[in-house]
Amino acid sequence: MADEVLTAPLVLEYPFTRTTGPVIGGFLTGLREGVIHGVRRSDGTVMCPPLEYDPITSAPLSELVAVGTVGTVTTWTWNGEPRAQQPFTQPFAWAMITLDGADTPMLHAVFVDSADDMATGMRVEVVWRDKREGHIIDIAGFIPAVASTTGEPGAMPGDVEQIQSVRTSIRMEYTYTPGRALSQYLRAMKDKRILGDTCPETGEVSVPPRGVSSVAGKPTLPELVDLPDTGYIESFNITRVPIKMRPDLTPPYVSAWIVLDGASVGFMGLGMNVEPEDVRVGMRVRAVWKPDDELEMSAQNILGWEPTGEPDEVITDYARVGRIEQGDDQ
Amino acid sequence: MGKERAAVLGVGQTKYDTTYPGSMAGMLREAATNALEMSGKCWDDIDAVIMGKAPDFFEGVMMPEVYLAEALGCVGKPIMRVHTAGSVGGSTACVATSMIQSGVHETVLTIGWEKQSESNAMWALSLPQPFATSVNAGAGGYFSPIIRRYMMMTEAPELIGCMVALKDRKHALNNPYAHLHQPELTFEQVVESPMLWDPIRYSETCPSSDGACAIVLGSEKVAEAHDGPVAWIKGIAMRSESGSFAGRNMVSPAASEACADDVFAQAGIHDRRKEIDAVEMYVPFSWYEPMWLESLGFAEKGQGWKMVEEGATSIDGGDLPVNCSGGVLSSNPIGASGMIRFGEAALQVMGLAGDHQVDGAKTAVGHAYGGAAQYYAMWVVGADK
Amino acid sequence: MRDVAVVAFSQRQEAMINTESEVEFMVPLMNEAKDAVGLTQQEMGFTCSGSSDFLAGQAFSFVMTIDGTGPVPPISESHVEQDGAWALYEAWVKLQCGDIDTAFVYSYGKSSPGSLRDVLATQMDPYYVAPLWPDAFAIEAMAARQMLDQGVVSEQQLAEIASRSRAHAASNPHAVRTAPKSVDEILAEDYAMAPLRPSDLPASSDGGAVIVLAADDKARELCDRPAWIRGIDHRSDAHTLGVRDLTTSMSARIAAEKAGIGNDKIDIAELHAPFSSSEAVLTKALGLGGDTVINPSGGAQAAHTMMASGLIRIGEAAQRISCGDADRAVATAASGPCLQQNLVAVLEGE
Repeated sequence: MADEVLTAPLVLEYPFTRTTGPVIGGFLTGLREGVIHGVRRSDGTVMCPPLEYDPITSAPLSELVAVGTVGTVTTWTWNGEPRAQQPFTQPFAWAMITLDGADTPMLHAVFVDSADDMATGMRVEVVWRDKREGHIIDIAGFIPAVASTTGEPGAMPGDVEQIQSVRTSIRMEYTYTPGRALSQYLRAMKDKRILGDTCPETGEVSVPPRGVSSVAGKPTLPELVDLPDTGYIESFNITRVPIKMRPDLTPPYVSAWIVLDGASVGFMGLGMNVEPEDVRVGMRVRAVWKPDDELEMSAQNILGWEPTGEPDEVITDYARVGRIEQGDDQ
Repeated sequence: MGKERAAVLGVGQTKYDTTYPGSMAGMLREAATNALEMSGKCWDDIDAVIMGKAPDFFEGVMMPEVYLAEALGCVGKPIMRVHTAGSVGGSTACVATSMIQSGVHETVLTIGWEKQSESNAMWALSLPQPFATSVNAGAGGYFSPIIRRYMMMTEAPELIGCMVALKDRKHALNNPYAHLHQPELTFEQVVESPMLWDPIRYSETCPSSDGACAIVLGSEKVAEAHDGPVAWIKGIAMRSESGSFAGRNMVSPAASEACADDVFAQAGIHDRRKEIDAVEMYVPFSWYEPMWLESLGFAEKGQGWKMVEEGATSIDGGDLPVNCSGGVLSSNPIGASGMIRFGEAALQVMGLAGDHQVDGAKTAVGHAYGGAAQYYAMWVVGADK
Repeated sequence: MRDVAVVAFSQRQEAMINTESEVEFMVPLMNEAKDAVGLTQQEMGFTCSGSSDFLAGQAFSFVMTIDGTGPVPPISESHVEQDGAWALYEAWVKLQCGDIDTAFVYSYGKSSPGSLRDVLATQMDPYYVAPLWPDAFAIEAMAARQMLDQGVVSEQQLAEIASRSRAHAASNPHAVRTAPKSVDEILAEDYAMAPLRPSDLPASSDGGAVIVLAADDKARELCDRPAWIRGIDHRSDAHTLGVRDLTTSMSARIAAEKAGIGNDKIDIAELHAPFSSSEAVLTKALGLGGDTVINPSGGAQAAHTMMASGLIRIGEAAQRISCGDADRAVATAASGPCLQQNLVAVLEGE
């Protein structure tokens, strides 16, 4: 247990496509054309950016109103080091800015040299991105307003194509750690050993180990047990279409629940060296390992499971899975 | 201290589709507004909102009830967010019902939703996992071996699943909100559709949908004052169990049976098949209809497929119509799917199910499950108190 | 309403837990709470938990953790994608229905694997705000500046809050930022996110907590001095920052009123205030005066376990009642940017 903690990077990223509806779409269309819109609320005030509902009363809103491109900072903070995800590369100020003609502030970035150049109440003007597509970052940010800038609301050109959807990406980086039991399992995998953990009450053995027994609601025994790399197929699926996560697999292929000899519950493994049509519930299998010099701390060391040719395991109760001990009447 | 009675006053839905064209808030507001309209209520009448949806990764918005609170009339009000995997729509309705049964609130809006088109299900449900190996292809790859065991156990004819799929798609034709409308679909086409996760064919799986379903619930006092039909909630139940342990019954998990036993006991139902007029059960893969018929006690063990074969679960002459709305097989906005089951069950006993109304339905069941078939939620609703 | 009390509480908070998975570190906490009342999981009338997939970087992350409860045979159970305080609220509502007498509540979160500051940006409006990735500290800093600009609070007062949190945390084995620092030392710190200094920010932690609730005589049977929940309520503010008054909290004020905070003396308050500035907002919204000890545990500033900090506030308040240190306490939980949602519980000893 004095081993270093196992870690691996985990990156979750996806480019989400968000359909917008007419109000958000109208605002984004305006940005593309260099015009900023708010929406008129029932009390006559203008909220910018616009929502299709009043955020206090939830009443529907729809009347878009062009507002100015100069505004007043109502509060701010200094972002000394832009974070990886932020669409800004220089240190900048976050600010809430009430544009002229609007009654509520919006969040955006203000570009100045340092925090000393920021103040509540300062006047700022929009800096447009050169190439605009209908996205909140069509506003590249704000800079201190020059006195000569009037910031009059722009006019929308007639007959423009409305934005229907917007692409917003997420990227989050994690450091994954597998925990106590799984770390031991992964380390043993490097030595071509399969470890399981044992329930302190029933003695049932889980592979891969989970650290807890779900039957007892207790930690599994600290000592993990070695299991052979042979077992039987409890049930299986034949995937007949390609899946994105495993471009290396050519359908049709078998994914099967494998119960190892000495284990009590199954896990999912890939059928190998057998035609899908020949796979049976109860079929005896053994692990197909990666070559010894390619072994690493990963479940991927086992490429799949191939038939041993031994007689099938006899399964008496098709509804239930795992090793059913005698006298177990649960 | 007894429980307060609770009733459904209104159900609202969006048209389920591959892509809902508006914003997330717009989609929820459409369902909510429809439910409010049926119940004769407005935002001000609502004491609290209980929201449910499946993983936040679908839309990439963490805890989206935070962003959506103001779109749903919740400024100055309580909003909660339930997540119990695929069963969540049902669990959420159960939590909302508790808000009234406890006497804490009088009128509650509950809403389940998913906007799968913002990302895609394969990504959101199968995020990368370091050190692991993945041979699974989403939910189908997980449930296919269980269905195989059911088929071996019961020796059911191979095409029972296809019969369920065709029946639910035909049912969907009478539901304007259903995602899949396939009027020309034939039994042969279902049978000949490609095997995806053998023994599950393409036509035996559910679509990926966008959509929201909302339900307005009221106390006895509120329901009595309501000008229109209501669905009285006769019982709610939730059960969960581990997804993996030795000797686990995967075909009819103990949690499923316990959930059904609990909810039917609350509702005073003795002969389930006889006393229930319509069932909305969570069937994302066609074979789960016969499996749940047995697990929920509508059929003897091993006999559920015979009900399918006999047409007992068809709205067209069956004695226990199942999924008259077209079910999950015809629309699957995951976080809403359970809520739709619960809402459709209510519509049946309110007599408001439109073209898929079961004549004279008095008592109906809503059902949802999730995770490794380990999370369950059910309710029984009735036309009479 | 039925009398419901906290009868057991266990917690663990550390700067980083990287040698155990969530379920591995939660199991001992679950068993500690069950053993304290001598009940098995199946004897609990209801179980409810809180956690976040985004924090875990895994969809359905709670599915792994439920195994820790030992849900074989099955249990009556539900999960909220919120702080555990809302799981406790759901359980409290279930107990009000009258057909069960006990409930088991837990929640947990690990912030150390990712960057909580960035992860929380994904909570913001997904069209206009999240694409800019404003981190959580920046949003709170803007609220703090507004408070300073309006004279609602001073930097000196913020530093006093931060200093007191550290002083209180020194005697809390579960706090992670325990080194004392004087007000002057804090005021001498460079801004982290102006006008907030490093000591004004939360000390992030990994961990979780478990609470057992019981009703009426069952509570008296299970616990020598139950911490009775005299009232509990939760409310939301608007999400759009531009329409909110960030210098105050309407949601906390309403929730406190509904929970019956009243005018009677409150001995201690455990406030889910990750920042010095958020504590200032909550103290004001709840109308807490000088005779109330604020955050005797050091509060969420001294250990901020996302998804469990709110539940831990309730547990900390209850524990002080159960051991006789306090007769009346208030605890809060928060969610969303700048305390958008607040839950308030009023607890009393008998």
